[in-house]
Amino acid sequence: MKLLIANGHLIDPAAQENTGMNVLIEDGKVSAWLRPNEKPPEGCEVFDASGLLVAPGFIDLHVHLREPGQEHKETIASGAAAAVAGGWTSVCPMPNTNPVNDNAAITRYMIEQAEHAGLANVFPIGAITKSSDGAELAEMGEMKAAGAVAVSDDGRPVPNAGIMRRAMQYAKDFGLPVIDHCEDKSLSAGGVMHEGRVSLLLGLKGMPALAEDIDAVRDIILAKDTGAHVHIAHVSTKGAVDAVRRAKNEGINVTCEVTPHHFTLTDKFVEGYDTNYKMAPPLRSEEHLEAIIEGIKDGTIDAIATDHAPHHHDEKALEFDRAPMGITGLETAVGLAFNELVHKGIISLERLVEMCSANPARIFSLEGRGTLRPGSVADITVIDPEAKWTYSNAESRSRSRNSPFDGWEFTGRAVATFVGGKLVFQA
Amino acid sequence: MEKPFRRRDLLGIRELSAAEIKGILDTSENFLEVNVREIKKVPTLRGKTVINLFFENSTRTRTSFELAAKRLSADAVNISVASSSLSKGETLVDTALNLDAMNPDCIVVRHGSAGVPYQLAKVSKAAIINAGDGSNEHPTQALLDAMTIREHKKQFDGLEVAIVGDILHSRVARSNIHLLTKLGARVRVAGPGTLVPNGFEHLIHLGERPSGSPPYEGGVAAASADGVVLPQQLQVCEHIEDAIRGADVVMILRIQRERQDAAYFPTLREYSIHYGLTNERLDLAKKDAIVLHPGPMNRGIEIASEVADSSRSLILDQVKYGVAVRMAVLYLATGGSAPT
Repeated sequence: MKLLIANGHLIDPAAQENTGMNVLIEDGKVSAWLRPNEKPPEGCEVFDASGLLVAPGFIDLHVHLREPGQEHKETIASGAAAAVAGGWTSVCPMPNTNPVNDNAAITRYMIEQAEHAGLANVFPIGAITKSSDGAELAEMGEMKAAGAVAVSDDGRPVPNAGIMRRAMQYAKDFGLPVIDHCEDKSLSAGGVMHEGRVSLLLGLKGMPALAEDIDAVRDIILAKDTGAHVHIAHVSTKGAVDAVRRAKNEGINVTCEVTPHHFTLTDKFVEGYDTNYKMAPPLRSEEHLEAIIEGIKDGTIDAIATDHAPHHHDEKALEFDRAPMGITGLETAVGLAFNELVHKGIISLERLVEMCSANPARIFSLEGRGTLRPGSVADITVIDPEAKWTYSNAESRSRSRNSPFDGWEFTGRAVATFVGGKLVFQA
Repeated sequence: MEKPFRRRDLLGIRELSAAEIKGILDTSENFLEVNVREIKKVPTLRGKTVINLFFENSTRTRTSFELAAKRLSADAVNISVASSSLSKGETLVDTALNLDAMNPDCIVVRHGSAGVPYQLAKVSKAAIINAGDGSNEHPTQALLDAMTIREHKKQFDGLEVAIVGDILHSRVARSNIHLLTKLGARVRVAGPGTLVPNGFEHLIHLGERPSGSPPYEGGVAAASADGVVLPQQLQVCEHIEDAIRGADVVMILRIQRERQDAAYFPTLREYSIHYGLTNERLDLAKKDAIVLHPGPMNRGIEIASEVADSSRSLILDQVKYGVAVRMAVLYLATGGSAPT
């Protein structure tokens, strides 16, 4: 089967291409680029992308798909449906499932469920330690062989520096990046929002920015020592961004991602005690948001990742300090990136595509993805940068509704998503 | 949530203007007299229903609200819930909706989690009155403290008020700071460094709405121009002596023994020596200074018995004014107007 994505504007940062170019797909792969005046082969289907951007499929380095174990919040199928509706062709689920993805059988199960769903690619992230208890190393080699692309204990970051050092030494053997949710829980325990003026005002226990800074600095020192690749999840503080910038200048193998909510919202939004503004890391104050924007601008921050964290309505309809952390994000990320970054002139379209495709593919070494060079997998995100639309929780593909962006108006979205050459979503 | 019959929530002091606060105090003044009559009952709220929903233990506040409702002839129901709705498997919102379905006019809520009254106000048709939420606010306590202060000092403008103790976790401190600074008093806070967080002096500049965020649904009117507070009106002192020196009012906060686990200070013994209000420390205040404590007191820890029992201590006056303030708040919340 042949398909031509015709009349669009191709942006492929990994191939340094930003031009009008038609993309020919054969058997799930990109087979050639054709100039707009070049004749397509006989019997070729055509997808008309007039006025649209054609980009390598977006890859979300950080999601929670809740399966196995918490299917009332999300399943791999429902999460994958939300992903492709948001323009993401690949998602990387964290291992905090029940049971924890700390072995090859669960890794394989997740991939199989994704294949059944037939929507987005799912590249699981394995646990660093068994049950993410922070004590004994999980079987990273076996998980890698089963398809895991990185390791992390995410929300339960390894507190013991000695074990983290050993995890990095070991993960390096298998070329697995070690992802850390940087939070020294001895400093943040019991906290439910950013520690600062607003937490004082609201009488809510704060999570200080320095809890993130200290852990990020520790990981960078360990990365330097071990030579392992450390990927800092969802940076949210000025201290962590500064630490990553210094480390990169020193040539340390560190990368980082940012979530749309951390480049959009501040802790002031917590004032109404709406639990859809509760997540970890928490929404920070203005000075941190400014540092995040600076890090996005100067390239310190490599990727945009959603930290899509579905929770059932009943779980969020609780007291602010009892409700679970996290918000959904797959369907709003691209809209937020356009509103807050592209249309405000903070980054170019090309840089947006790089942060959502080329860079994530490089960070997790996803072969044949993050670019549309001939020979690559035909994962494609087609974008209308001027499309006006309104996000509604009621219409979300996710099984959960915990987004603070209900009713937000956006300009710019994915209007078609192709995975392996197959159209899996069209707006 | 639009409230029927001019019902108005009282969620916190921070949303109130100085005029609104004065209106509540004046209304309270009018109800004081009812409490010393032979027959302590007026028909003002006959046919109205008040639910006292207490998720946290309380003797004084709950009794005070119950008496206030009964002396106004309202039907009052007390509900004590062990800890959270969660323990019964019901969400907070479900609890609120179930009570709301019985059509109460007013729900008085106390909860260990900050923000619960705000969350209930969004879904409830009844007027929500905050009787203390976590470390956030305890507006009726601040109002009764203000009644006590006004009775003895006549005015708030230029008054020096020291608030001493666990500032970090104190809803009483927060509500009092908002109220006193809005009425023109100057507040100085002091306590152990672990319990008086960095930047606390900025607390009072945070009343303004963040841009883009939704307004509090069902909340009372936002602070108006007459509630403008100046930066120097709230000051953090390193030593409690500096806070107390020259004060007209010394407000002592309760040390919650249960917080001892978290080791904010080494021992109660050391606390009492370095931060307790003794006669010697009180001598640093103005000669006619008054002492307030929200209760229940830990005698010999945050306050020496000889201070608590002295004529300068107005702790029992506070309790007396509490009933009048709560009568006023119930009356205003269910549609009454403040005297003009």
